[in-house]
Parts: sequence; structure tokens; C-alpha cells
Amino acid sequence: MTYLILRLHDETFAIDAEVVRSIVERIPVTDVPGAPLAASGLINVRGRIVPLADLRVIFDLPRPEPDENTRFVVLEIDVAGEQIAIAIIADKVVGVGEFEAADMLPPPNSGMRWPTEYVRGVFVREDDFIIIPSLEAIFNAIESAGSFIEKERVLP
Amino acid sequence: MSSVDPKDTFRAEANDLLEQLEKDLLDLSASPDSGSLIDGVFRALHTIKGSGAMFGFTVIADFVHAFETAFDRVRKGEAKVTPELVNLALRARDNICALIDGGDDAASAGILSELDRIVSGGTAAGAGASTWTVRFKLAGDAVANGANPVLLLDEIRAIGPTRITAITDDVPALADLDPEALHLAWEAEIEHIDPTEAIEDVFLFLRDDMELSIVRRDPVGESDADAPKAADSGPAAGVGQDGVAPAIRVSAERLDELMDRVGELVTAQARLSQLANIFKDPSLSALAEDFERLTSGMRETTMEIRMVPIGTIFGRFRRLVHDLSCELGKDIALDMDGEDTELDKTVIERLADPMVHLIRNACDHGLETTAQRLTAGKGGQGTIRLQAACSGTEVRVIISDDGAGLDVARIRARAIEAGIIPADREMSEEEVHQLIFEPGFSTAREVTALSGRGVGMDVVKRTIEALHGHITVSSRPAEGTRICLHLPLTLAIIDGILVRVGDGKFTIPLTAVEECVELDDNIAETERGRSFLNIRGTLVPYIRLRQLFGTRAPADPYPKVVIISSGENRVGLVVDQILGNSQTVIKQLSRLHARAGAFSGATVLGDGAVALILDPSALVSRGKVEAGEADRKRPAELAA
Amino acid sequence: MTTVLTIDDSPSIRQIVSLTLSGAGYDVLEAADGAEGLKIATERKVDVVLTDLNMPVMNGIEFTRSFRGHPAGRGVPVVLLTTESDESMKAQAKGAGATGWIQKPFQQGQLLRIMAKVAGA
Repeated sequence: MTYLILRLHDETFAIDAEVVRSIVERIPVTDVPGAPLAASGLINVRGRIVPLADLRVIFDLPRPEPDENTRFVVLEIDVAGEQIAIAIIADKVVGVGEFEAADMLPPPNSGMRWPTEYVRGVFVREDDFIIIPSLEAIFNAIESAGSFIEKERVLP
Repeated sequence: MSSVDPKDTFRAEANDLLEQLEKDLLDLSASPDSGSLIDGVFRALHTIKGSGAMFGFTVIADFVHAFETAFDRVRKGEAKVTPELVNLALRARDNICALIDGGDDAASAGILSELDRIVSGGTAAGAGASTWTVRFKLAGDAVANGANPVLLLDEIRAIGPTRITAITDDVPALADLDPEALHLAWEAEIEHIDPTEAIEDVFLFLRDDMELSIVRRDPVGESDADAPKAADSGPAAGVGQDGVAPAIRVSAERLDELMDRVGELVTAQARLSQLANIFKDPSLSALAEDFERLTSGMRETTMEIRMVPIGTIFGRFRRLVHDLSCELGKDIALDMDGEDTELDKTVIERLADPMVHLIRNACDHGLETTAQRLTAGKGGQGTIRLQAACSGTEVRVIISDDGAGLDVARIRARAIEAGIIPADREMSEEEVHQLIFEPGFSTAREVTALSGRGVGMDVVKRTIEALHGHITVSSRPAEGTRICLHLPLTLAIIDGILVRVGDGKFTIPLTAVEECVELDDNIAETERGRSFLNIRGTLVPYIRLRQLFGTRAPADPYPKVVIISSGENRVGLVVDQILGNSQTVIKQLSRLHARAGAFSGATVLGDGAVALILDPSALVSRGKVEAGEADRKRPAELAA
Repeated sequence: MTTVLTIDDSPSIRQIVSLTLSGAGYDVLEAADGAEGLKIATERKVDVVLTDLNMPVMNGIEFTRSFRGHPAGRGVPVVLLTTESDESMKAQAKGAGATGWIQKPFQQGQLLRIMAKVAGA
């Protein structure tokens, strides 16, 4: 299986290449007041308005200001039974990697600071953990949170 | 062309025909003597039978054949159109629908034997039919050019009982005879109500260069000699039959795609105009102007393509009311007005279910029984009225009845029982009316088969709001109830005004905008310190969008207010700057943002940035809530 | 069995015509332009010809005129596939000896009705 490898702060993530539609350089982001913090922006990808999600919020990682390495990765994900385009922020896109599905380890139950329901598994490479986020679970959670303006701008 | 499953083609065609069939049958119940309607029914059946057999739907073809045979007696005037027959024919039509959808044909035999009974029980043979004389002579080269008189005569015989005679007057002596030319003419006597249309159909390709006369011979005892009919119609119109302009079928997805492309074009055009403004080059400016004109034409045409007359769904409500009338044992008339009113196809599609629910409600709960009506001194027949009209960029669809009106006491009691309002809440009648839209509310004392389907008025309300519309209700005791759906003309493109709040740009739909004023000049305070806008003596609540959106960027010194309205209510939106008008291609927000409250969509601006579109109805109700809360805490009294 | 010759430069139109007609029990021959069509129509027994109007090499009008001029073409129904903009072409087509026409795009049911009309069921 082919994965797109990217960095969020100091963690490495792998996204199934099948769901990746494009990678775009930094472009202006429109803030959506009242939207969940994990998906608080909109970007214009060649005339198409695409929500911008920030997995760093989900995984409780620091969110440095965007720099020249920042990329937006456009994905197509099934959310509540509908295929929608969603972009995610990557602090850096490292490249593409091949992994055997059989090598995927279940998310360790303890010692992880991120919520396990949002992790499909991990690959171990040298001394590094590569996290395979469960994108469907994440975006469905954001979708059902869909907080209104007066509510807190984070996931429940 | 990708491989098209012919069966799907059949289904699509059959569905159109069945819709037409239903319409004709319902029309027929109003005018049972119309020959063209009877012919229409017959033609639809005939076509379904033909293509059904061809695509292997033999069960359907057999059933339709039997249906057609029964109806043929009506066409030939041997049986009369009665309400009973129409009802049965409608059932037969539904049976065809069910068969096409893959249902079994358990019901078929029963329907057919009943049909048979009705049409053969009909007395007056030839009622309505008379004898027609049709004379025709084809052009001399018709046969050489492929026309076949034998087939034509067969087609004429299929119209009704016919006697055909050849007219040999023009046949020359053998020596002068051109073997390839046609010298014969024919005269046919046909028993029919009015075969004109059918005859013209027979000569579809030959009509221009032939002699044809269609004359009715007087029915016995009548003397009004009909002038020779027809024979004057222009060139036959090829396959675009029934005088309908030729149309093509386009998938809805392609239309959406086209709209998207036009949206991008509008955006690109805006960018070009911006460049032209910067460079001030005359030839670039001219090009930009041309481009703007073309784009706006393109936009309008595309929007028109998406517009569908609301009559396309009104049709099915006739059937609904017809059936409800039978089922409930109430005499119900349906009045329709404004069927030509056009709406975006998406709006129309999503409107059907809520309207079915509203009409069911009106028939079931709104209208009294005939006995109750008579006791109340009303006519025994109740009326459901559907009206559609365009008002500005809003379309209003009104469903009203002349029934008993909403029962305020009962609604109140029910709402208290369902825990929707506390027992001691004081409410105006209007407020009580609104309770019917609360989730979990149902006034039906007994759940009837018709209305008790688990969808309530709350679902209707939500659906309308999802279409960027809103719903209002008014009711008078003993006079009836009127529900008005306010809908946007289109979901695709709107005119808006662009405003800035902090660093963010937002579009406000122009239709909602009443006026723009300075905040400082119009602010008014009640005695207890609550602020309102004082717009020519009226208090209007306002919302500071900077606060609502948590804007941190520094505020402008002179905030502006855009007064918007939704329904009867107004609210002022305080913004940092008004940037101007903009034409806005609405893009729906994704599911991730659909519930972010204040927005109905987003749009791409000329510079490529994304702007959110404010949702007037959400903001107005928010303003109303805030004002209401203030009122409850301390009655509003204007200081000045 | 009734043999229909369909002449059209669009393979997809030929396919849909062919599919529809053979489904209804007609025998279908295909040609991609008027010249090829004329060759088939004059060499084999053809009961009905269904031809497109605009085609390379030899268009529908030229085909009809040539076919009618040939002994094999006398009396054989020729139906033209036209488009909306071809209204004036219809008069020309009739002049060339066409029997009838079908407006594109057509539904399969319409095609079969017209075929039944000119060729018998």
C-alpha cells in the first residue's frame, strides 16, 4: 500500500494515497466563525470551496504558524455516507512510502496521548512511529459535533 | 455514448407516459367527453405496451394490452367515461407503475375484470361518436419515395370502425399509366368522436404534399354541418409530437456541472474586470466588458435551464387530493393557481414531500366532514387551494383550506402535554400557531392512516429552511388555515453586498437587505440601558458581527449597519465596512460546516478568496431572541 | 424479416439504433457514410434505410437522391435523422425523395413507432 507521509509538529502521519486528490501550496484561508476548531477554515482549490481541517487539534499537537513548508493536502473522504473533499494542513509533506498492510500494528492502548478511536494503527520505522489516522472516524466526529456559534469551538 | 441499458430507457419513457396518463385521466374526470383526452390516454397506453413488449416486460405489455382493449371501447364511444371508470383506470395506472418497479401482478386480474365489467356495462353504444368521412390522395411520387398505402390504410383502420373505398377516378388508361406513380385516392368512413388528430398522425410525413379532407357527417337528427375540418395545418412537425417543442433529456448531474462551470466563469470574469481596472488599458477594458456581458448572458441562460415550473409537481397533488377525497369520504375540490411559476429544479424536487404532508394535513385535519360543514352553514364541498407566485426574488407557495381553522385551545393543551411549553406560559394566538412546527407535536387525536406517518410539521419546517426558505402560518376560526412557504428563486447565484468584519469578508444576500445606515447616528437606548436601532421611530435589534464572530482585528472607527429582514422581522448587522455589490455564485457548505449557524453558503470572490454568505433568517431570529430576552427581563421603553 | 440499413458517422448512434432495432426483431446493417451506405443498399436487399443528414464523404441528402435514382432504391422507405436546426433541410430531403424523418435526439420508443409506420410492424 502506498501512503503519503507528512509531519504534524513533531509526529509523523501516513495517509492512504488512494484518498489523496492533490497537494497545494499555502493559499489564503477563510475563517468560518462558529465552526469546530478542528475544521475552522475554507480554501479555494481551483474554484472549488474546500473545508480545511487541522488534525493537530484532534491529536492535541502544538500548532505553529504556517511557513514555507506548510502544505494543504486535499482528500476525498466518506462523511456520513457522502464523499466530500476535505483539505488537511500538513506542517511538512515528507514524501511517499510503501508499507505492507500486514505490518500495521494496532494503536497501543497506553502511553499514547492521542485518542485511540482516531488512530487506525501505526507502522514502526527505525525508531519512529508513523501514525495512520482514522480519517473517516475523525471527520464524522467533526461533522456530528458541528458546533453552533455560541458553543465552544473544540470537539466535545 | 456509454452503454445504455435499454430497460432503463424504457423505464424513463414509461414514467413520463404514466405521468401524462395520470394527468389525462384526472382531466378526463372533469371533462368526460373530450375526444383528445381519450385519445391521449389511448396513445400513452399503446406506447407503453409497444415498448414494454419490446424490452421484454411481457407481464406489463399483457396487462396494458388488456387495459388498452377496455379503453378502446371508450374511444370508440361504446362505453362512457364515468367517475367509477376514471378511478379504476387510475388504479390500473398505479398497477402499471408497480409492475415496472418489479412488483407482482397479483392485482392485475381483479382490476381488469372490473374494467371489463364497467366498459361492457356501458349502455349507449356510440355515445359521443359520429361518422366521419376522410378523403385523401397522396402525391404521385409518394410510393416511389417509400410510402406504403397499405400500411397507411392499416393505421386508419386502427383508429376506429372503418369502411374504406378506393377512388379510381384518376386512374388513366393502361397505355398512359406510369407504373411507379400513384393514381388512387381513398375514402374512409370512421366511427369516432373526433379522429382529426389521429388521421394527421397517420400522414405525419406526407401531410405537406397531399390532399386531405376530414368531414363529420351529422349525427342523426342534428343539422349543424361542420365545415371541412383541418386540411389547413402547416407542415407536420416531425417527431416533436403534440405541438410540444422538441426537448432533450439532460441528466441533472450535468446541469449541476454546467452550473459549477458557469460559477467558475463568473469568478474568472470578476478577476479579469479587476485586472482591467488596474491596467487601465482601453482594449483590455473593452474585452473585459464584452466578457462580462457574455458571462452574464451565459449565467442567465444556465439558470433558466435549471428552472422548472412548479406545475410539474402540482400535477401529482391532484391525484393525492382525488385519493384523499375518496379515502376520507370528504368532498374536496382542488384549486390551483400559478402553475407556471418557475423555481430551481433542486428546490422543486425537495419541495414535493413537504407539500404532500401539508396537503394531507389540510385534507385530513383542516377540512371538516361534509356533515360538519353543512351544520356550520358552509357548502358541503371543501376546497384546498394551491397558489404559487413570484414576488421579487422570492417565490411564495401557499397551501390553504377553507376548513375549521387551527384549534388554539387544543394546540395549546397538546403542547403542554408534550412538554413543549410550560402550562402557565402566556402566548398570543400567533405564537400558539407556531407550536405546530415544534418537534414531537401532533394534533391528531387519533392517528389516521393518512397523516400518522411519523413525519411532522417540524420536518416540513426543517426542509424549507434547508432550502434557504421559511414558512409562515395563519388561521382564522371557521374560515380556514393558510400556510405559506417562502422560497428563494434559485439556489445557484444571488446578488449580494460584500461587507468586511475585521479581516473577514462576508456576503449578505441583496434580497434580504433593506438599507444601510451609520451605527452612531441611529442608536437608541431604552430607559434601562438596552440598545436598539431607531429606524424612523421603529426599534430594530442589532447584532455586532465582530462580537458574534470573535473578531480580534482592530475595529473601524465608524461602524456601519446593514438592516436585513426575513419574514416580518428585521435586524441590524453591525459591520466594519461596506465594500459594495457583488454577484455571488453560491456554493453549499460541506457537511463539516453545514451547522456553523450564521451562514447559508460560501462564494469565491474576484481575487480568488473565499467569502461566507450570511444567512438572513438565522441572523434575524437570533436578533429576535436577543431582543425578546431583553424584553422579558425589562419591558422595552424607548427613552426618546 | 425486415432488414434496416442504418447510416451514421457516429458509432454511438449506430449502436443505439442497432441495439433498439435488433431488440425489436429487425435485421440491422450498418454503414458509416452515404457512399458506403449506397453500396450496401444497392447490392443487398434492404427494406428500410435510416440515414443521418450530416456525414462525411456523402451526406444524407446526396445519398437519398442517388438511392432514388437507382432501380433498387425505388419505393424503399428512407428515413432521415435530423436535428432541430435542419428544418430547412427537410424540404430539401423531401425533394430528394425521403420518406420521413426522425428528430434527434429521439427516444427508442419513437424510433420504433416511426419504423412501424414506414415499414409495418
